Parts: sequence; C-alpha cells; structure tokens
Amino acid sequence: MKHMTEEELIAYREGVAAERAKIAQHLAACQECHAELERIEAVLAALDTLPVPNPGDDYGRHVWQQIAPRLPERPTRWWQAWFEPKRLGALASVTALLVMAFLAGRMTKRGPAGVDIANKEQFRERILIVAVGDHLGRSERMLVELSNAAPLDPAQKQVNISAEQSRAEDLLDENRLYRQTALQEGDTALASVLDELERVLLDVAHSPEEVTPAQLEKIRHKIEARGILFKVRVVGRELQERQKATTPAPAQNSSTKSERNKA
Amino acid sequence: MIRMQPSVENAQTIAESDALAVERTLAGDRDAFRVLVERHSHNVFRLAYRMTGNRPDAEEVVQEAFLRAYQKLGKFEARANFGTWVYRIAANYAIDRMRQRKKEEARKVEPSVREEGTESDPVTLVHDAAPTPERLAHNIELRKQMEIALAALSHSERTAFVMRHWEGCAIEEIAEVLKSSSGAAKNTVFRAVQKLRLALQPFVGKGTPARAVGTES
Repeated sequence: MKHMTEEELIAYREGVAAERAKIAQHLAACQECHAELERIEAVLAALDTLPVPNPGDDYGRHVWQQIAPRLPERPTRWWQAWFEPKRLGALASVTALLVMAFLAGRMTKRGPAGVDIANKEQFRERILIVAVGDHLGRSERMLVELSNAAPLDPAQKQVNISAEQSRAEDLLDENRLYRQTALQEGDTALASVLDELERVLLDVAHSPEEVTPAQLEKIRHKIEARGILFKVRVVGRELQERQKATTPAPAQNSSTKSERNKA
Repeated sequence: MIRMQPSVENAQTIAESDALAVERTLAGDRDAFRVLVERHSHNVFRLAYRMTGNRPDAEEVVQEAFLRAYQKLGKFEARANFGTWVYRIAANYAIDRMRQRKKEEARKVEPSVREEGTESDPVTLVHDAAPTPERLAHNIELRKQMEIALAALSHSERTAFVMRHWEGCAIEEIAEVLKSSSGAAKNTVFRAVQKLRLALQPFVGKGTPARAVGTES
C-alpha cells in the first residue's frame, strides 16, 4: 500500500487537500498514516495552547479613541487623495523647503559637519521625489510597451516579452524599496499606488518569456482592470512637476560655479 | 482552527450592518466608522498578536489597519466583507511591521527584553489543576520552544500559518496577502507546518520521529 505524503496529510489536516475524500478513505484503512496524522495533530494542538492576551472588553472603544483624532474628515476616493488641499499644501511645503535648501546650498559655503547632518533629511526627501518619479516613468514606459506588444510576423504564434519581463524584475526590486520608504515616511497614498504597481510587475515578471496572443491579452486585461497605468501617470506626473520645481536654474556666473566647486 | 465563526444568519446580519456603516462613513458620518472599529478590533488584534508575537506591535497593527481602512474606504467594494477586508489590511501591515522589527533588532546590540504580563505566564499553559513541578517545567520549555519555532518561520510562512491554521482564512485570501498564487500559498502553509513539526515534535507527547513519508509498506 502506498502511504500518504507528509504534504498530503498536512493539507488534509489544514483543510486544503485537493482529494480529501480519497485521503480520508486511506486513513480509515491505514494505521500507519493514521498514526502519522496524529503526530502532526499533536504538534498543532500544542501550538493551539499558546495564549493570546485578552485586550479587554472596551478594547474597541480604546482603539477608536486612539485613531479618531488621526482620521481625516472623510475618507476619499483614491484619486481624490492626490488633489486634497492638505496634501497639495504639504507637497508645496516640501517643494518650497527643497528649493530653499538648494538655494541655501548655492549661496553659502559648506558649513561644519553638523549642518550637513541637519540638511540630510531634506536632501533625502528630494532624492526620494526624483527617484520615485523616475521609477514611475520607467514603469509606465514598460507597461505601455507591453500593452502594445504584438508578434513581428502575424503568422507567429508566440510573442516574446522577455525584455519587458527582465525590466519588470528590475523594477520590482526598486518598487519594493520605494514602497517601504513611502510607508516609513507615512505616505500611505503613494505606498498604495506602489503596492498596486508591484502586483502588476509581479504578474509580468512571473509570466513566461514567450506568450501566446491570448496570454498577452490576459496580461493586458489585468493591467487595464487595475487602472494602474492611469494611476502611475497621475502620480508620476505630479512627482515630475515637483521635481522640475525643485531643479535649480543653471548658474549664470562662472565664478559662482567655480566657488561652489571649490567648496 | 480556532477562529470564532458566527452563525450564518448572524454573519449575514453583521455583513449587512457593516455595509450600512461603510456607506454612512463614505457619506461623511465619521461616527459610523466607530461601529466598524468597535466590532472588528478584537478579531484584528488576535490576528496581529499571532503574527507579530507581542502586544505593543499587535496594538500598533490594529490602529494602523483601521486608519488605512478609513483612508482607503473609497476603494472598498460594497459587495465585499468589511471584516475580511480589514483583516487583509492588518495582515499586510503586520508583515511590514515584522520586517521593520527584524531590522531594528538586527541593529540592537543588547538582546530584546521579554514581554512581561499575564499572557507570558507559563502557568496558563498548564491545564492540570495541580501541576507537578516536572509538568510545569515541561510546559515552560515547550512554550519557549514554540515561540522559538514560530519566530524562526519566514514572514510569509508565519503569515500563511496564522491565517490558515488559527484564523481559518481561505487559501485565496492568504495568496492575496502574500501576493502569490493559490498554489504557492498552499505550499507556504505546508512549509510552515513542516518546519514547526520538525522543531516541536521532540517536545510534544507523541514524540516519536516522523516516518519517512510517502513510502510503501
């Protein structure tokens, strides 16, 4: 008699086995597999004794008291978040700060090390805007190219998307970093768009190198269904505009430039 | 599985009431969201505690999950279940929190201080009315080993195990949180149980080693 594998028994115990009836039938007849299942259950039963603290009957009220002051006036649709006066104001403030930081850098010589550390935070924000803007631009181009991909020869039955796939893999690593940074910065709206982009990039990265037109259509459909291109464009353009706003005009005076280089 | 399952009628009533509260919140009635928070906080806390393994992180996850749910409420589909949705948000944030915690702990030189409190009391493991010293010692050791074994799982494995074994979530829900296929999520559950078994089998009553699996006799 062929016994059940550990995987089959665990899947059975956890209620995710594909052939549940077949396994149950085998277990009824096989002492050895039954004993093996009992050993698995003993471990899981021990784990079930790990207690979870009771946070208290009024825990829900406590959570509400904690979060209520932090809630915005009303929840927004995802696209509205980008046009909220509060958010635009915050972005304008960041932009103004970056411009000021840059101008201060142009007009003054490098200060002692402590000053550099104080400015580090502002430069980090600026770098994030530039980097995420560039990342979204490249993601958009890749998705557009993928959406427009077609066989070179109409008679061809497969479309090679290995180039887009390779780019998606690279973008995926960057995307994870930017999403985590946005989360750490408390920028949940940006993190949310990056999260959605990540899912699409994952789909593309895990696709075969050569796909049939039907498979390609399925990928296109996923991209369209999530509306990710539109979201990426909106956020990307916004970041690009802010990036432009913070980019300083070229120096007119060569002596200023040489002085900065010296510094 | 330990997840508290309400009756079908009760679940339907809660879902309808949740949908109404979501609708009212979206219409600008902020207090309607309070109903949702008070109703689902305990369940989200249980999931968060099992995923993070400590109370401060679990409480942070709960608060953040509801804040994010409120912010994203416009994206919530009316046909969906609010409880399941906020659960998913909490699980996603718990994964981020666990990653962050791991980095923080890696930076710390001194070992982390164990949480004190009733939930850490090993006596709670003893169901016997008059435990012997040997039994108590065994339970303390077993609990320590269980915590070590759970902490040794990857974030994905712990998430998959907690969601499936303790919270009774569907494989599709777990796949959604792990951003993987259903097949991969199922494999992650399997890997988690296999690792836990390997680590804990010597400490549980039926301590005989696992047999060579899939063999014939």
